Amino acid sequence: MSILRFTKDHEWVRVEGDEAVIGITDYAQTQLGDIVYVELPEPGKRIEQGKEAAVVESVKAASEVYAPVSGEVTGANAALADDPAKVNADPMGDGWFFKVKLANAKELDGLMDEAAYQKLVEGLG
Amino acid sequence: MRYLSLTDADRRAMLAAIGASSVEELYRDVPKAALLDRPLDLPRGLSELEVTRELEKLAAKNIPAGSVPSFLGCGAYRHHVPAAVDYLVQRGEFLTSYTPYQPEIAQGTLQALFEYQTQVALITGMEVANASLYDGATAAAEGVMMANRLTRRTKAVLAGNLHPHYAETIATYARFNGFEVAARPPDPSGNDDPAALIDGETSCVVAQNPGFFGHLRDLAPLAEACHKAGALLVVVVTEPVSLGLVRPPGAMGADIVAGEGAALGNGLNFGGPYLGLFATRDKYVRQVPGRLAGATHDAEGRRGFVLTLSAREQHIRREKATSNICTNSGLCALAFAIHMALLGEEGFTRLAALNHAKARALAQKFAGVPGVKMLNDSFFNEFTLELSRPAAPIVDKLAAKRILGGVPASRFWPQLPNLLLVAATETNTEDEMDAFAGALREALR
Amino acid sequence: MSDWSKAVSGFARDAAGPHDNRGLDIDELLLFEQGEEGRSGVDLPAPADGGDSLGGLRRAGPIGLPGLSEPQVVRHFTRISQKNYGIDTGLYPLGSCTMKHNPRLNEKMARLPGFGDIHPLQPVATVQGALELIDRLAHWLKVLTGMPAVAMPPAAGAHGELCGMMCITAALAAKGERRKRVLVPESAHGTNPATAATCGYEVDAIAANERGRVDLAAMKAKLGPDVAAIMLTSPNTCGLFEDEMAEIAAAVHAAGAYFYLDGANFNALVGRVRPGDLGIDCMHINLHKTFSTPHGGGGPGSGPVVLAKSLAAYAPLPWVVHAGEGFRLVEHAEGEAAQTIGRIKEFHGQMGMFVRALAFMMSHGSDGLRNVSGDAVLNANYLLARLQDVMTPSYPGPAMHEVLFDDRFLDGTGVTTLDFAKALIDEGFHPMTMYFPLVVHGALLIEPTENESKAGLDRFIASLRRLTERAKAGEAEFFHGAPHLAPRRRLDETTAARKPVLRWRPELAAAE
Repeated sequence: MSILRFTKDHEWVRVEGDEAVIGITDYAQTQLGDIVYVELPEPGKRIEQGKEAAVVESVKAASEVYAPVSGEVTGANAALADDPAKVNADPMGDGWFFKVKLANAKELDGLMDEAAYQKLVEGLG
Repeated sequence: MRYLSLTDADRRAMLAAIGASSVEELYRDVPKAALLDRPLDLPRGLSELEVTRELEKLAAKNIPAGSVPSFLGCGAYRHHVPAAVDYLVQRGEFLTSYTPYQPEIAQGTLQALFEYQTQVALITGMEVANASLYDGATAAAEGVMMANRLTRRTKAVLAGNLHPHYAETIATYARFNGFEVAARPPDPSGNDDPAALIDGETSCVVAQNPGFFGHLRDLAPLAEACHKAGALLVVVVTEPVSLGLVRPPGAMGADIVAGEGAALGNGLNFGGPYLGLFATRDKYVRQVPGRLAGATHDAEGRRGFVLTLSAREQHIRREKATSNICTNSGLCALAFAIHMALLGEEGFTRLAALNHAKARALAQKFAGVPGVKMLNDSFFNEFTLELSRPAAPIVDKLAAKRILGGVPASRFWPQLPNLLLVAATETNTEDEMDAFAGALREALR
Repeated sequence: MSDWSKAVSGFARDAAGPHDNRGLDIDELLLFEQGEEGRSGVDLPAPADGGDSLGGLRRAGPIGLPGLSEPQVVRHFTRISQKNYGIDTGLYPLGSCTMKHNPRLNEKMARLPGFGDIHPLQPVATVQGALELIDRLAHWLKVLTGMPAVAMPPAAGAHGELCGMMCITAALAAKGERRKRVLVPESAHGTNPATAATCGYEVDAIAANERGRVDLAAMKAKLGPDVAAIMLTSPNTCGLFEDEMAEIAAAVHAAGAYFYLDGANFNALVGRVRPGDLGIDCMHINLHKTFSTPHGGGGPGSGPVVLAKSLAAYAPLPWVVHAGEGFRLVEHAEGEAAQTIGRIKEFHGQMGMFVRALAFMMSHGSDGLRNVSGDAVLNANYLLARLQDVMTPSYPGPAMHEVLFDDRFLDGTGVTTLDFAKALIDEGFHPMTMYFPLVVHGALLIEPTENESKAGLDRFIASLRRLTERAKAGEAEFFHGAPHLAPRRRLDETTAARKPVLRWRPELAAAE
């Protein structure tokens, strides 16, 4: 049974057991435009909730991606190096960024569920 | 006034359209106390003829290097620039255009930059080059900062053969950017090996070839020593013509090349504007400072060029940019590209061979002069002489005789008073060399 | 075909292009696609001496440079130049860039052998005229800004910012202080925060108030003993004079911090306002903006920095100082220059640009420079007056030398600022600055400069009005496809960034 949560900075995290997969939302990829490059964290790196974990670049912009949860990076989406367009095409699936071994499941409580995130996006117009 | 197109009638009509009675009214947001009510104490405006006369008077107080025997190097070399270069860079489409942010109407600039980047990569033996930095010294400083980012270390080692202005510039950047510099003392022998200073905290070693004192050295062992310690090798080249004859940094294991390109296509110009060459390996391209021109296609499938990987730069990345640089040395890069295009493979290699031959001929002239000792076993077009007396007063004496006979090392380091740095290029004649050698012989008597 | 193959396929020697000539717009291959062995555009004698003193380091193998004759090279660069739009072509209304006319007198003066053919390390006695020129230019800059000292070496505006921030850091260090933060308005040019970060500072952004200026209360709230400096631009990047500059200066100084002014917009003030009267501590001047030296497709520039007494001692080397009847160069950190920050570049500074800028100043004179700023401000306000009914100015007037619009007037049309700007190309104009400053949505920042004639402005206004009408009439398709008439249509910048091709390679000629 996987849990899907969102941050106000438009990151998503999908948790199954203690493994969390993280990426950016459809709203984020639309705002950024064509993604040209993603700078991903290396396996083994410890990331902290709310701190910068990755960088996503489009032609005219670069955006920090903040970690929705804390933990140790267990893997990153190598396919994005050759095909960053996956982030635009399938941001919640093939366009995932990196995986983390969850340090503290309680951190998920502070994040939005899908309904709350949808409301946030609608409010942005 | 000849540069202003508005007539008084225009100004009146425009003020009426705006609904203001005077231009001064448009300045109403400026605090009254700060508004000057009369012209400042500076000369009144002059016609072209008057400006020309004034500036010609000032220019006449200088001795142009080309008008006398002149043998100066130290990072600035006098070469013959073909007439077509200066004519082409003055075309208004090149001279008066801006950074090519609107590529559809800037293909001239962008294609020229793409060609320039290719030329720089080819002559340095590296994989990729940028669209220029301000000059060789700041390029070297940017190279060190890039090495710091790539290795996540903060200690740079500077070889003793590095141009002192480059070393000083890197030291200034180090002080304010927060990294350390370990600089070897100046090395006129050309034998100093900075490898001994490399440790696990070294981000890079910066070495020059040909060295400041003229020596040529194989930097491959130094590159290996760097790489073994997880550090990078930054190689400085201050005379780009040397790359037509000497093994390039890329073939010796350099990771970053920082150079001075002004000798090709650009005049001496008393030291500026000059041209920072910057080249590196493909895998490091996202850490490169400055602009990059890249190839692509347009909506009709035609090949075209654009500035690319812009997310590295200040206008997008702001405080996280790879450098704060915005304006670079675009027109100087264009001049370089045109000169190189005219030279081609045959011209460039022959120019280099000629320079070396001239320097060998000059060295021969000093061979029999008492009180002059040549310190170099190798050189390209520049070498160091050790005189039996301090060099600076001799240089001044020669200058009074209208001979520009080298640069005294004491201009940089007071502790090296008897060393004289001498360069020869294809522009020097045998008569000039005889005049120089003769005057030196006389001065040392 | 993969993206990579598409990007390189155009390089093949026998590819379909370039047979896409359009009248005088003649397509042109790369140099590397035209070169042949045995050809050169330069005649050089063969070296007499066959020996070498290269220590065994002779270059092995070919370099790969193409061989062309002089006529071929002249044609090559002439043809590609014709695909460029320059100030010489027409109005270049880039906000904050000050694309003013580049007088050809400047080019002629810079090329006098007495300036262009002198080596930086000639004995100082042989270059007294050069040092005198630098001193004269320094004098003009100090008088125009009302500041007592000036650092001449910085190579461009951003380099000047770096120089200024280094001097400020050194001044603080001399007082035993090490501060961490620099305040920068949200509307600041990207070089400001990039420069502050290079010097190790944290950048703290200050919001603008509804009048488009720095919010004084917000700024004061951010001041503290850990703030080293504020970096301000005035007029700011919205084209508005920061009318509370004196109050800002007072507050900043009271907090022991320094006031850096980004002089990019000095064209609005030259001859009429001296920033020194408003309490600044240092300011860089872009000679390639206010003082007409050419932009050259991206540079070179020159960014001398005027300094208050509190910072003068830290100015970078070298210093040009009076010595009896003449001048000397101070090149070492000793004596009067003991506290210098050191060198920030090689040699002395952008001498070629100094000559050009001084020629410009001498041509206008102090009286004439008032007309420069006056006409620049008049032109910008004329544009505002004649466009405000159809486009949406972000702030009420008066503007200074540039005027800011945002994309509210395009709401509901399906046309973005980008589309609008690309359509302006088909009208025969270079687009204005777009999407900067970041403080308004879809910014369009227009700076006509003082050189534009009224007729030229009227043509520009007519084009903008016509385009606005077309956008509102539902012609979004037209705008999305613009430009239609330029040497190239819109270029694929996405692929250029995803699969960078940053140079020609021999293998590309074989790729298909």
